[in-house]
Amino acid sequence: MTVPRTLFQKVWDDHVVVAGKDQPDLLFVDLHLVHEVTSPQAFEALRMAERSVSRPDLTLATADHGTPTINRAAGITDPLSRRQVDTLITNCSAAGITAFGLDDPRNGIVHVIGPEQGFTQPGMTIVCGDSHTSTHGAFGSLAFGIGTSEVEHVLATQTIRQRRPRSMAITVEGELPSGVTAKDLILGIIAQIGVGGGAGHVIEYRGPAVAGLTMEERMTVCNMSIEAGARAGLIAPDETTFSYLEGRPQAPTGAEWERAIEYWTGLPTDEGAEFDSEVTVDAAALSPFVSWGTNPAQTIPVTATIPSPEDFDDPLSRDAAQRALEYMDLVPGTPITDIAIDRVFIGSCTNARIGDLRAAASVIEGRTVHDHVSAMVVPGSSQVKQEAEAEGLDRIFLAAGFEWREPGCSMCLGMNDDVLSPGERCASTSNRNFEGRQGRGARTHLVSPQMAAAAAVAGHFVDVREGG
Amino acid sequence: MDPIRRVSGTMAPLPRAQVDTDQIIPKQFLKRIERTGYGEFLFFDWAQDAESEKDPDFVLNRPEYQAATVLVAGPDFGTGSSREHAPWALADWGFRAVIASSFGDIFRTNCYKIGLLAVELPQQTVATLLTLAAQDPDAVIDLDLEQQRATAAGIDDPFEIDAFAKHMLMNGLDEIGVTLLEAEAIVQYDTGRPSFKPKI
Repeated sequence: MTVPRTLFQKVWDDHVVVAGKDQPDLLFVDLHLVHEVTSPQAFEALRMAERSVSRPDLTLATADHGTPTINRAAGITDPLSRRQVDTLITNCSAAGITAFGLDDPRNGIVHVIGPEQGFTQPGMTIVCGDSHTSTHGAFGSLAFGIGTSEVEHVLATQTIRQRRPRSMAITVEGELPSGVTAKDLILGIIAQIGVGGGAGHVIEYRGPAVAGLTMEERMTVCNMSIEAGARAGLIAPDETTFSYLEGRPQAPTGAEWERAIEYWTGLPTDEGAEFDSEVTVDAAALSPFVSWGTNPAQTIPVTATIPSPEDFDDPLSRDAAQRALEYMDLVPGTPITDIAIDRVFIGSCTNARIGDLRAAASVIEGRTVHDHVSAMVVPGSSQVKQEAEAEGLDRIFLAAGFEWREPGCSMCLGMNDDVLSPGERCASTSNRNFEGRQGRGARTHLVSPQMAAAAAVAGHFVDVREGG
Repeated sequence: MDPIRRVSGTMAPLPRAQVDTDQIIPKQFLKRIERTGYGEFLFFDWAQDAESEKDPDFVLNRPEYQAATVLVAGPDFGTGSSREHAPWALADWGFRAVIASSFGDIFRTNCYKIGLLAVELPQQTVATLLTLAAQDPDAVIDLDLEQQRATAAGIDDPFEIDAFAKHMLMNGLDEIGVTLLEAEAIVQYDTGRPSFKPKI
């Protein structure tokens, strides 16, 4: 009798090129995603060592991190960002790697385009020099972020050396209440287990509330696994996965599709398989969440009040809370809904897919952005933008007073001109509320697209369940 | 990469928890395509204010810590973004090792790849070292990689490190070169890969 295995173990086992014994395993990489910020030094090091790119046919590049979201006809005006994107295109062209440059209709955020084009499929190993690579785990793939030295290693060998992380099951019982989104679910999980709660682990999200999510919602959940410190996060492939994939440009067809389905169907965790640790979350107890501090675990329900450092027993958490309150300019005891905002950002690899834009649009339709708020939507990809425009979502956003931009990472990390000014407070659908993340001295509150849209209209946070 | 057997030096104390890689090196410095020259931007937003005025109290600006080669910090150091620019900046500033009670996984791996020691010690030991470094900038810590031992005044602690990372660091090996020795196994694996897997 075979030992029951988890989804993660199966994907891992199926990619071992050389089993490590006392060394890490050497794993084959099915898909290597590349972008302009973390790859130039890797290509340069390869050249210096007179090595070549091993598998350009398993490597895909896009420009997204520092690209402009406005006036693209003028090209990239920032000389450093332009040099970075030009370098990417030159490197890819020399190595025979397909690169979706700014003028390519398939361009967009790396973690949006992979799934959108059907490159991301169940049971794959996917790496990228970007920590939010965990997004692709939504398909039951083992997907994780790597550093530039590892990017170089993958380019040269199409493999990566890894110790097998521990496994963690996060089982979400029940179903998400109305107005509570996948973003709230993952924020709630991070608040529960902490920024280091998943360290050294690969998380499998499971249970009825997870099975009930759409693919886009699953991507939102897996995307933020890294914010709990996890190496990766994944979800078992099922009918929802297969029907999302079927017909996408890179999805298998005909007999290959049948073979793929047969393989994918065998991937979910076997009954009786053991995880190294288990966490249970009650979906029914979740609310829309708003982060108040400077890491994603510093998050509370919209109905709560800003905590006091004294609420934390551990002295380090107390210090961190004190620093966060000072940086965020917040007073303990303030209701979240009393916090006024200056800016709204709807975008990022966490929440800039078509479903996110539809959700935000449904909240703002027929209403207008508050006088004191400036708000923008940055679609996750050219295709998302096109689809949204075909549905008229752009007109809803524009009529409400939002800016409607070109795709890219944009204000999630502010490598382009989309940055907040010092002291500005932003309701953001992105993934990180770190100090200075969206601009020096800027204050980020992480929320769902619906909550961001409702805040844009009200000028302060509101509980979207109460009609915004 | 030069082999590393031990790091011995004075310490710079950074008593903060959850220092993410955005703090270590902010995004505006990720636009460069070079691997060097990031040291002057290390902890940029903490080292100077918006008017480029250096904060004289920040540890890296204090003259007594200019020669430090070991950074001692709070738990969850290097969480967040995978940017290898963070260890590049630390190494470029002059650090040879970072001590914390826990690290972001990607950050720790990135450190090893560039020959920067990331040493995990219990929080109690880290707290002692933070106090020691704050009181005596000349206090030396010795990190013996071979023996996996950290010693300083009042401290003599073993530390764990991944055996493979240790081997690579101690011998200064080129990991790609090591992996390319497995070229035959890689080709053989590839031959057995299912044909439905995507190709670009």
